[in-house]
Amino acid sequence: MVKVTSEMREKAQTVSLVTIYLDGREVRVPEGVTLLEACRMEGIHVPTLCHFEGLSPWGGCRMCVVEVEGQPNLVASCVTQVRGGMRIWTSSKKVREARKTNLELLLSNHPLDCQLCDRNGSCELQSLAYQFGIREIRFQGERKVYEVDQSSPSIKRDPNRCILCGRCVRTCREIQTVCAIDFANRGFETVISPSLGLPLGESVCVNCGQCILACPTGALSEVSHVEMVWDAINDPQKFVILQTAPAVRVSIGEPFGLPPGTVTTGKMVAAFRRLGFDRVFDTNFAADLTIIEEGHEFIARLQQGGKLPLITSCSPGWIKFMEHFYPELMENVSTCKSPQQMFGAVAKTYYAQKLGIDPKDMVVVSIMPCTAKKFECQRDEMRASGFQDVDFSLTTREAARMLQEKGIDLKEMPEEDFDDPLGISTGAAAVFGATGGVMEAALRSVYEILTGKTLEKVDFYSVRGMDGVKEATVEINGMEIHVAVAHGLGNARKVLDEVKAGRSKYHFIEIMACPGGCIGGGGQPIPTNLEIRMKRIEAIYQVDRSLPLRKSHENPAIKRLYEEFLGEPNGERAHHLLHTHYVPRERM
Amino acid sequence: MFYRAHVLVEMTSGSIALGAAQLKEQLEREIARLGLQDEVKVLETGSFGAAIPSPFIAVYPDNIVYAPVSVQHVRKIVEEHLLKGRVVKELLFIGERGRDVTAFIPLSPMAKEKRVVLRNCGLIDPLNIEEYIARDGYMALAKVLTEMTPEEVIEVVKRSGLQGRGGAGFPTGLKWEFTRRAEGEEKYIVCNADEGEPGTFKDRLILEGDPHSVLEAMAIAGYAVGAREGYIYVRAEYPQSIRHLEVAIVQARERGLLGERILGTSFSFDVKIRRGAGAYVCGEETALLESIEGKRGEPRVKPPYPPQRGLWGKPTVINNVETLANIPPIILNGPEWFRGIGTPTCPGTKVFTLTGNVNTLGLVEVPMGITLRELVFEIGGGIRGGHGLKLVQTGGPSGGTMTPDLLDVPMAFDTLPRYNSALGSGALTVIDDTHCIVDVVRNFAEFFLHESCGKCTPCRVGNRRIVDILERIAKGLGTLEDLEKLSYLGHYMKATAFCGLGQAAPNPLLRCLEFFRDEFEAHVREKRCPQGICAMKPQAQPKKTLRV
Ligand SMILES: Cc1cc2nc3c(=O)[nH]c(=O)nc-3n(C[C@H](O)[C@H](O)[C@H](O)COP(=O)(O)O)c2cc1C
Ligand code: SF4
Ligand code: SF4
Ligand code: SF4
Ligand code: FES
Repeated sequence: MVKVTSEMREKAQTVSLVTIYLDGREVRVPEGVTLLEACRMEGIHVPTLCHFEGLSPWGGCRMCVVEVEGQPNLVASCVTQVRGGMRIWTSSKKVREARKTNLELLLSNHPLDCQLCDRNGSCELQSLAYQFGIREIRFQGERKVYEVDQSSPSIKRDPNRCILCGRCVRTCREIQTVCAIDFANRGFETVISPSLGLPLGESVCVNCGQCILACPTGALSEVSHVEMVWDAINDPQKFVILQTAPAVRVSIGEPFGLPPGTVTTGKMVAAFRRLGFDRVFDTNFAADLTIIEEGHEFIARLQQGGKLPLITSCSPGWIKFMEHFYPELMENVSTCKSPQQMFGAVAKTYYAQKLGIDPKDMVVVSIMPCTAKKFECQRDEMRASGFQDVDFSLTTREAARMLQEKGIDLKEMPEEDFDDPLGISTGAAAVFGATGGVMEAALRSVYEILTGKTLEKVDFYSVRGMDGVKEATVEINGMEIHVAVAHGLGNARKVLDEVKAGRSKYHFIEIMACPGGCIGGGGQPIPTNLEIRMKRIEAIYQVDRSLPLRKSHENPAIKRLYEEFLGEPNGERAHHLLHTHYVPRERM
Repeated sequence: MFYRAHVLVEMTSGSIALGAAQLKEQLEREIARLGLQDEVKVLETGSFGAAIPSPFIAVYPDNIVYAPVSVQHVRKIVEEHLLKGRVVKELLFIGERGRDVTAFIPLSPMAKEKRVVLRNCGLIDPLNIEEYIARDGYMALAKVLTEMTPEEVIEVVKRSGLQGRGGAGFPTGLKWEFTRRAEGEEKYIVCNADEGEPGTFKDRLILEGDPHSVLEAMAIAGYAVGAREGYIYVRAEYPQSIRHLEVAIVQARERGLLGERILGTSFSFDVKIRRGAGAYVCGEETALLESIEGKRGEPRVKPPYPPQRGLWGKPTVINNVETLANIPPIILNGPEWFRGIGTPTCPGTKVFTLTGNVNTLGLVEVPMGITLRELVFEIGGGIRGGHGLKLVQTGGPSGGTMTPDLLDVPMAFDTLPRYNSALGSGALTVIDDTHCIVDVVRNFAEFFLHESCGKCTPCRVGNRRIVDILERIAKGLGTLEDLEKLSYLGHYMKATAFCGLGQAAPNPLLRCLEFFRDEFEAHVREKRCPQGICAMKPQAQPKKTLRV
């Protein structure tokens, strides 16, 4: 359910008010709000299905209908603006019957096997059916049966569970500007389908998973790695290593009933240790490593006149987006692997050697806020040790479910520490989880490396927060470095088009595929909305502040890694293990 | 019920003597041989007038006349024209003026006829602008540009009382005024020539027979509201209309009647043609705009209405072809003249297309306020085969259902809604009493099932379930409860669907459920189809729920 946002409150303060009669009560609401917003301001959460925060209004599902006196037909409150004097009834017989019938009709063309569904327990159709007390479906008849699309390494589509609310389509088009999926056919034959009717795996889909977050039902979900991970854990031959992404520690509490924004690092470590992983490590370690590599890459380009702006490469959804839509900017993109992949490469070489384990017996599992990571770990380029850098990638949702299956309640866990040495990290790595974080972390290190001076003010507030495109200018050695941060691919497009047109003044750009950065990733607990994203971001900075070290180059484990194994940043071995290349893809 | 084409065979004493009966038999055989019997209907018709040699065959809605024809021509006509859609040129009837017959059928008795929008159809060569100009063509535009302010034009249209002929009957002058007043530099005029309603072909006749009247009206509208650009959205199945429009646009531009600085004034206006996406719902004005913009033809949220935010988000007038064709005569003859035609609350004429089980099929323009009795029994010559009248569907499946008790209601936008009916676009589908009401209603419902765009739940799934229930009833598996469900679903869809299509879809069903209750009940209570149309398979028991 969407809450009254601060934006709505602001609207309420600056705009003049009109009087309406809501279920017979006289209330004053801001001019120009929709009936749905007006109702919510008055504490009535009119049921919705196709309406979704941040997307254009659609008005298709008809769940939100209300009765407006003087109008013969019911009106969809999500697309109707208030007018002074309106008399609105939100639960009259006509309204209740219409909403109930909507539900029954949707259910009449929907499998009734919630127990077998990925969204059992978090499905909006299911909760509405419960709230409306649906006990029978009066209107039975033909049902459409579709094949499940399992072609994508990240996203599973089950059109049988789709209620055609279009939230995924609008997310992909309006937020991500990828337009990988759209409505196809008409009337009762309507389905959501990748363009040209191709399987999703062959489409321009960048695997960001934002559509999963938008989907009210189980029609879209991640391709599960749960069984493979259990098998690895239960295989005595395998040494199973876990890495947890920066954004997971601030969200995995949610499926266990903790409020969004709760930091659960220690409990999370304890829980996954109990799940049976041989080592519980931290992707944050690799995030620090990424900053060293990428920071040096930036410095080298800056000093040797290399291709600028440099664009970050941590977000595999963004990378695939670039490969499809901006291949001409390929050389601008950092060659650094993402922290997930750097971690895997280091684990299966440096750490395997240290332990004397054959990398073939090592299984690297990641817990990621991301669905694109599943695609990334299967890329051909990601096999530095000769084996896949990362074997399996679980979403935060899958990981929580594994704990639940085993009977581990995260809330009850003690606080434990990550294992050494790949569990040591700084605050700079922590902020990777939020939009602007990679930029902030990079600036903290680049500044000190270039100036040789200590950076006193480590907080770069101008690159933080939910604004779509943020910019900052930092003076280093008398030179003005212009940086930009974009999150959500629609926002990224704005910046990239400027770069393409040669109008951009930036030296360094951070791009994250998902709104809010990784804390808003497609693998995060559902719901993920603006309010929850902001709470998770707050928690990320709380982690940063609580750490003794807040600059990547101060990480002692990273220093040791270079001394003992890698040699120089951007050196030959580092290049072999920690860097990658990209492939142009069709645009379709 | 809705056939893609109707083939009319002349059946007069003269033509029968020349083998018309055998001709008809052969037609039916060929049509069946190619499996077209559910798409093409063969009908008998009276004389088309002395000019056409006997026996002849006319194909509608293509409005092609082959004459004279004999049995050996039939195979070619069926294979080429009805199957492949290619006109058989060598058999085409060439009229006195050396052109294809594309005009309407003159109907008798002529006394009832009043031609305003069809004033030129069949009388002028549509491919020759001179002939249009010779009949006062572009005089109205000249008058408007040289003697009237835009406000005055709007005032005249308002005073004329002209209401939109596309189905909804919205006052045209008001629509123009809203658009004129809406803020914005760019504005558009859009002509709705999607004409998707089964049984309607009036817009096509106007476009083919008198394309300049529509272009002239669009320019006048452009001047009135402050638009420089117009679009005509033409049904893709109307290649002939598109061709005539294209020729007309070129000729009008050549004479400075379209384009920059029309008639040497400071007013510029030009027109582009857009082909329809082929879906019925694209005739709905906002879906049409989406389609012009290259998007999926789905209706938009209203409000804002097109006069506020239309094409590309700019204020837009959308008018039907027939509406526009009224404009030049209104300007030239004045609003009082127009008000003198039709009824006081619904002035002007209406073009009706008569299809179905009437003796004379075709198209006629008559004053508003005419009764259905006059239309069906006088102009249409009564029900074919001496059968009784079951119902007349007005304005296509989404219009109104007129039962025999409504034969004397004056036909106008304001009168029919009182009887839960609607004038719609003017299509009249006459259904005789040999038809089964369940079957008739199911045909309508299937049309909507097929045409629903799928955006909203009530229409997408509701129409499916209505057809599901009607199919059960036709198989003898229906229950009394099913009748209640149908009525419930119908009312729900009317109240809840997103656009006019879904809201109107249950209209025929609801009206027939009420008026033909007995016939429905015979199906569900006695498992009997009184007309012997429904299969009514041996009575099967509905599945029992398992009780524990
Ligand atoms: C489902 C649906 C189909 C329609 N099809 C047509 C059509 O084919 N032609 C048309 O002129 N109007 C059609 N309309 C009406 C248009 O939405 C609109 O009212 C009309 O074009 C306005 O022009 P008018 O004011 O001149 O009548 C349709 C409406 C609906 C709801
Ligand atoms: S995963 Fe992202 S790119 Fe792919 S369909 Fe969903 S929203 Fe679009
Ligand atoms: S897949 Fe999900 S989000 Fe997309 S239309 Fe279907 S139910 Fe809605
Ligand atoms: S009523 Fe709904 S589904 Fe039907 S055509 Fe209109 S918008 Fe589409
Ligand atoms: S929520 Fe308003 S119509 Fe779907």
